[in-house]
Amino acid sequence: MESFHFLWVSLTQAVSLLLRLDPPLISIIDVSLRVAFTALLIGSAIAIPIAVLLTSKNFPGRQFLRMLINVGMGLPSVIAGVVVLLLLTARGPFGAFNLLWTPTAMVISQTVLITPLITGVMISSLLGVDQRVKDAAVSLGANRAQRALVILREAHYGMLTALMAGFGRAIAEVGSVIMVGGNIAWADGISHTRTLTTAMILEVRRGNFEQALALGIILLTLVLVVNWIAIWLQRRAGR
Amino acid sequence: MITVEDLYFGYQADRPILAGINFSVARGDLFALMGPSGSGKTTILRLFNLFITPWHGRILLDKVDLQRLTGKERLGMQRRMAMVFEAPALFNTSVAANIAYGLKVRHEKRATINNAVQEMLALIGLQKIARKSSSLLSRGEAQRVAIARAMIVRPEILFLDEPTANLDPHNVSRIEELIRTVNEQFGTTIVMTTHNMGQARRLATTVGFLYDGQLVEWGDTKTIFTAAVDERTTAFISGDLVC
Ligand SMILES: Nc1ncnc2c1ncn2[C@@H]1O[C@H](COP(=O)(O)OP(=O)(O)OP(=O)(O)O)[C@@H](O)[C@H]1O
Ligand SMILES: [Mg+2]
Repeated sequence: MESFHFLWVSLTQAVSLLLRLDPPLISIIDVSLRVAFTALLIGSAIAIPIAVLLTSKNFPGRQFLRMLINVGMGLPSVIAGVVVLLLLTARGPFGAFNLLWTPTAMVISQTVLITPLITGVMISSLLGVDQRVKDAAVSLGANRAQRALVILREAHYGMLTALMAGFGRAIAEVGSVIMVGGNIAWADGISHTRTLTTAMILEVRRGNFEQALALGIILLTLVLVVNWIAIWLQRRAGR
Repeated sequence: MITVEDLYFGYQADRPILAGINFSVARGDLFALMGPSGSGKTTILRLFNLFITPWHGRILLDKVDLQRLTGKERLGMQRRMAMVFEAPALFNTSVAANIAYGLKVRHEKRATINNAVQEMLALIGLQKIARKSSSLLSRGEAQRVAIARAMIVRPEILFLDEPTANLDPHNVSRIEELIRTVNEQFGTTIVMTTHNMGQARRLATTVGFLYDGQLVEWGDTKTIFTAAVDERTTAFISGDLVC
């Protein structure tokens, strides 16, 4: 059992970091959460209308668009990273905005990554709604928009799953975030574009494996807490 | 009030399900549509509700051709009718919220909706479970909620697709009582489908028999049950064939 000692070390480190409210750590958590939530917000604002459109209207090319989304769901993060990098780099088309190595750049690449994932899960949960429920809404006098609302409501569990999956992928993201964000912290250790995942990579490179795992434990705890809050909110809304 | 003229429809281009159907239903009537499984009873109700469009022929509601409606008129027309589907699917909310739905989409005032929901709950005798989740209801309760959900909008015509299928005798008579109340006290015109001969006889003012795409029998209940013209109908009535 001696060989599992590292787990204990990491756990106590995680707790002590949190209890000390270690300023660098707090800033890293802050950047991680802010970037992930912003990407989630933008991603779902794009995903919801697309998912509704692709499941309610029949038009040419619908099948192709769905296929595209399915491919996007598995988009390797380094691809998203390279593309965003090329777009934002000084000589790139959006170079004038000076966005490279900023949290904004990270938000952009994460949004690119999670939007297809959110859309795909939403589409499948909307398609799962019983046809008879949709017909019932129409037969009771629902117009198009009201019918869409019923479907969204009936699919709320899957819709929330889509959001949680998007958030999970965003906050766990490393590859693209390190490429366009650069894992930058100021001299006092306060994060500019450093997230929990990129900080972990740094600690691993320095050989501080326990410290890296401590950060990992904090990351998982965060995801757990966010999930709890989401489920609690859903229960309340369901009543 | 409803007139069906020379109606043709099929789901596949070369397979007509309905081949020249004619009948009419007067205001206040309770019309029971019978026929073997797969004969197209549900299909007729779906045509009325504008879920599908006929190949040929007309459906008139108070002389208005259902096929000649613009988008806006369509919704208006749909809102004059209500339908309870075979094995109705309730929304995954409370009983009261299910019943309130039809008035909500019509943007009625909250107080109006609450009063109407109470009235409907009293009608179906389920006041005690107003806040219960619809997923927890028994089949008989769910069917009663589905009827209340349709009736709250005071439709001119109520379509009921096999309202007592898969119910025990006790619940069957309860639902029949409810249907009778709706027809007699609310004056709602009802078009229902059923496999139950006795039920048609007990409830309907007029009946129709659908067979091989044709309405082989149509008329006043008493007349059909005593003097049917088509031999297949007589076979059904005498119990030689089960429909
Ligand atoms: N959406 C559909 N697509 C293709 N065929 C269909 C569809 N719905 C029904 N049918 C076919 O149309 C025929 C008539 O079906 P319908 O549901 O109207 O019969 P029914 O008289 O209501 O039968 P039951 O008594 O079993 O409810 C059947 O042969 C059925 O298989
Ligand atoms: Mg049927």
